[in-house]
Amino acid sequence: MNLAKVLNEIQQTKKPIGWDGKTLKEMRHEIDEISRETGHYAGLTKLPFKEADPIRFEKIYSKLRGGVVHARETAKKVAASPIVEQEGELCFSLYTPEADSIVTSTGIIIHVGTMGAAIKFMINNDYEDNPGINDKDIFCNNDNHVGNVHTCDVHTLVPIFWEGEVIGWAGGVTHVIDTGASAPGSMPMGPVQRYDDGYQVTCRKIGQNDVLSKDWLLESTRSVRAVKYWTLDEKTRIAGCHMIRDLVLDVVKEEGVDAYKQFIREIIEDGRRGFVNQSKTMLIPGKYRQASFVDVPFKDLDLPSFAKVDTILHTPSEITVHKDGKLKIDFEGSNRWGWHPFNATPVSITSGIWVMLSQTLVPNDRINDGAYYASEFGIPLGSWFNPDDLRSAHSNTWHALVAAWSPLWRGLSRAYYGRGYLEEINAGNAHTSNWLMGGGYDQYGQLSAMNSFETSSCGVGASAVQDGESHTAALWNPEGDMGDMEIWELLEPLVFLGRQILPGSGGAGKYRGGNGWQSLRLGWGAEEWTMFMAGSGVMATDGGLMGGYPAAAGYRFQANKTDIKDRIKNKQPIPLGGDTDPDNPVFETVMNAEAIHRDRQAVTTQEEFKDYDVIMNYLRGGPGFGDPLDRRPQDVEADLNEKYILLRYAEKVYGCVFTENNGTYAIDLNATEKKRKQIRKDRLNRSVSTKEWINHSRDNVVNMDAALQVRHMYAESFALSEKFTDEFKEFWNLPEEWMIYEEDLDVPLLGSRINRFKEKKERIKQ
Amino acid sequence: MAKYDKKRIAELVDGTLEFYQLKEMMSDFKDPERFDLHLSVLQERVPWDDPILLPYGLHLYIVQKKNGDRIVKCDCGHEFCDYRENWKLEAKIFVRNTEELMNEIYPKLMSPDPEWQVIREYYCPGCATQLETEAVPPWYPILLDFEPDIDTFYKDWLKKPLPTA
Repeated sequence: MNLAKVLNEIQQTKKPIGWDGKTLKEMRHEIDEISRETGHYAGLTKLPFKEADPIRFEKIYSKLRGGVVHARETAKKVAASPIVEQEGELCFSLYTPEADSIVTSTGIIIHVGTMGAAIKFMINNDYEDNPGINDKDIFCNNDNHVGNVHTCDVHTLVPIFWEGEVIGWAGGVTHVIDTGASAPGSMPMGPVQRYDDGYQVTCRKIGQNDVLSKDWLLESTRSVRAVKYWTLDEKTRIAGCHMIRDLVLDVVKEEGVDAYKQFIREIIEDGRRGFVNQSKTMLIPGKYRQASFVDVPFKDLDLPSFAKVDTILHTPSEITVHKDGKLKIDFEGSNRWGWHPFNATPVSITSGIWVMLSQTLVPNDRINDGAYYASEFGIPLGSWFNPDDLRSAHSNTWHALVAAWSPLWRGLSRAYYGRGYLEEINAGNAHTSNWLMGGGYDQYGQLSAMNSFETSSCGVGASAVQDGESHTAALWNPEGDMGDMEIWELLEPLVFLGRQILPGSGGAGKYRGGNGWQSLRLGWGAEEWTMFMAGSGVMATDGGLMGGYPAAAGYRFQANKTDIKDRIKNKQPIPLGGDTDPDNPVFETVMNAEAIHRDRQAVTTQEEFKDYDVIMNYLRGGPGFGDPLDRRPQDVEADLNEKYILLRYAEKVYGCVFTENNGTYAIDLNATEKKRKQIRKDRLNRSVSTKEWINHSRDNVVNMDAALQVRHMYAESFALSEKFTDEFKEFWNLPEEWMIYEEDLDVPLLGSRINRFKEKKERIKQ
Repeated sequence: MAKYDKKRIAELVDGTLEFYQLKEMMSDFKDPERFDLHLSVLQERVPWDDPILLPYGLHLYIVQKKNGDRIVKCDCGHEFCDYRENWKLEAKIFVRNTEELMNEIYPKLMSPDPEWQVIREYYCPGCATQLETEAVPPWYPILLDFEPDIDTFYKDWLKKPLPTA
């Protein structure tokens, strides 16, 4: 007791490191209070610095922004991992002492929020007292439950001091190749609990006086695979943070600390105002509703029994654009977290939304926490992006996040359409997968791991004025790059047999979604290597818009113990890509194998992968916009000749008729016009009025006639949300007693704690 | 601030602009005149006279009727319902819920598994245009996608009176 008292007193005698004798915790509390009370960041109803000296204000901003981008561009050259060095999966951000973001680099800017969450965690847990926050300290975090996206996003955080006060934080993040999880790779399949997710570092002080501690270096490098990449990634992050620290100190020396302090407050309030202005410029007040779904086909995977469940992650969203231009996104109705690695934290979903918005609603370089202060989110506790249990796994959270965000594009696009900003419309984003991962002893005999970031170049959603770009981008990093095959081959014990556009992978429409593609890899040179993949297989995760179709769903192709070695020796044909029509597969015609997997099971767990085994990576397309019958026939002709669509779909979906000469197709306009008229007639003949359809479909609902995974999804949403339940029952006009309970479905219930039905029963008992 | 003429906006609607022109329009500050220009391009093209209050979706408009009603109307002239109701409930629907029906749109394995997810297509009863699709698990309620606050939009944001019939 006495010892605790003494320790407490010693800690309290430490001089606070915040401004004007305050602790960082007191500063955080003050900012929150005054921002909430006034509706303006830091209570700034005016921007005196900006208004009095706008040139100086912008000069400071440009210096900081340019410096942060420069830090990223320079520091990434330190890395050896192609994920960082080639794909640019890194980001740097500068924060206020209380962890509000001032300015951010390019790159994976989702981490504006996640690194801020880590600094807030340190502030809230009194790190100022213990372990202490000192000049030249280095902190590390990758703990998912602190607010990280997933374990492989490792943060380095460095406080910036000026004359004994913290004037800010520099943060850097890289996506590392391996985190020592229960399976290799950065986003492994296999983890179903936090304890499988890999090496998690909870905001730990790992260095002092700009030097990393030896215990940290030893422990961290013994905890992950692919150590050389881990080590160089860390040096990358530290180099970038130190460049930013130097930059800030230079600005303070030049402008004075008082000007800097005023600037960092005003720039965030300026960002908040800018967001509201953009909202009023481009949106329409009202409500926008949409929903996303992504498959969790785990029933037959090699996992603990409580995780072997087929289910669907359900994410309805309602965007409200208020009269004052503020935005609310409510995810009420979303279903439960589960024993899979697709769970997320609230910070990762909200921060990721800014990645999206910075590509559409606020397409400028003022990415800071100002937008956050102009928005509100409804994130149900117990849902897959707000688990009420520290055990939840998050290693592959992008599986669910990219699906959840896709409908938000459609909501915003309805506003852009109404306002006439057709060039901003986007039918949605591709499900950036498959992730092709593996690990073992690589071709150099080193313990290593891989995650193919070819996903950086999926198809883009169509707009209202042009097709989505093909094989070119990913939602999460605005600088899409599929990487050079030669570089991937240097890192990974897999030879490229081919890369090929996959016809029809983009959703059809007046403007079609950008196409995806496939690459075919051959195992070569590794020992004790395992492979697996992760992607949506049984569901399309991104709906079309205004008559366009969703992008195609995924599938897997893998062949083990092939005869390719003999075929090469005997100069026989081998698969070299070009398997562009799964109705007429060709890979199997040019090889034999003991096991061939060609199916919708696009999430798998580790299996041995040997030399001459073959695995395909299928990178998804984007969704389409508008009725395909509205597509210009000459565009369909070009698609066909450039092999972006298959002939039979040019006819069936687009209603275009062609003549063929030496493999080149020419549109027959007269026959096309007739064909399109016929398709319209057929549509009317085979459709029914929606009200009639509701009447006869109601029987299926009443009789609970749906697959278990579908009923499970609804049961979880019903258990968490009364509003969703009421709306569902009202739509189908269901009797009071109709309900699906999780307990009645004969599925594992481990961890299903929040349940309004149970709570109701308990209330009645009392 | 960017400024475009009606011809440019008509070309935008037609999808005939070059990429560099679109890129310019995306990168520049938005032109406040766009709403009016876009509306006037669309109004000239529809074969009916009801004033358009808001473009609601490709081929769909919220229009002002003489009796004061605001309804969702297709450019073919088919009138759906009050704009606060869900026009999809007044449309024709076709549901792709078998492998065979999915295979009409996607190659094998590239469609959703219909046990997990179906594709709903909503057609205009007048012209059979496919106005919207949904990719949802069976039983999913039909959502009212967009509920605009037209009065606030005109009065407080555009600061102009609503068009009258």
